[in-house]
Amino acid sequence: MFLPMSAPSAAASRTYVVVIDKMKFGTVPPSLKAGDAVVWENRDMFRHTATATDGSFDVDLPAGKKGKTVLARTGTFAFSCKYHPGMRGVLRVSK
Amino acid sequence: MSSKFCLTAVASLMAASASAAASGPTDPQIAHIAYTAGNIDIEAAKLALEKSKTKAVRDFASEMVRDHEAVNDKALALVKKLHVTPEQNTTSIELIKQAAATKAKLAKLHGQAFDRAYAVNEVAYHKTVNGALKTTLIPSASNGELKSLLETGLTLFSEHQKHAEHLSASFK
Ligand SMILES: [Cu+2]
Repeated sequence: MFLPMSAPSAAASRTYVVVIDKMKFGTVPPSLKAGDAVVWENRDMFRHTATATDGSFDVDLPAGKKGKTVLARTGTFAFSCKYHPGMRGVLRVSK
Repeated sequence: MSSKFCLTAVASLMAASASAAASGPTDPQIAHIAYTAGNIDIEAAKLALEKSKTKAVRDFASEMVRDHEAVNDKALALVKKLHVTPEQNTTSIELIKQAAATKAKLAKLHGQAFDRAYAVNEVAYHKTVNGALKTTLIPSASNGELKSLLETGLTLFSEHQKHAEHLSASFK
């Protein structure tokens, strides 16, 4: 469908969905690679955010909406919801 | 004086939920209590948005309006779907009575005195509602969807309680 423009050795980046419902972040994909993306899907009735503790991402998620974070860097990224800080999780991004 | 008032309010609320526990509230009663409890917090938040100029207080109040309205909309849709008519009861009547007294007291305060009293009251109020959800409303609910909504409500209100505690501590 399209010709890859990047270096031939680069693995295809993937997009994963993390569902938010009933005041909880759903299961986070275990084997994330740099270049992958996470789509935050808020199926809850409340407005939430996916906010990295280190400030590297901050996605506003009104009820019923989605938002996307592209994982540019490797590392361990703790995140939580700004409004409900008890909602939290960790993204582990490897090479 | 403000802490004395709050303790009185909390005490009668506890008594109200204890009396509901003794007889075991029905689903129509539980729905009415939960909806009323949410509405009271929305009203208090609207008062705060009218009166307070403090950003932290206004942000908190906006969150209370948004979250509690969302739960109450869901609750209304659920009772409609289940053909349940929410039924007024001693607990919800007591809640309304206490809320009117709290509102009258808060309405007389201004500036930081208002901010402080609002935050203290929000801590006490969420604590009381969470207690009632945990000990009475959730265990007594017989419909699975109602129970699940109350459980989400408990998680939400516990977050609000923590947030209110931080807000209240910031004034000390
Ligand atoms: Cu949230």
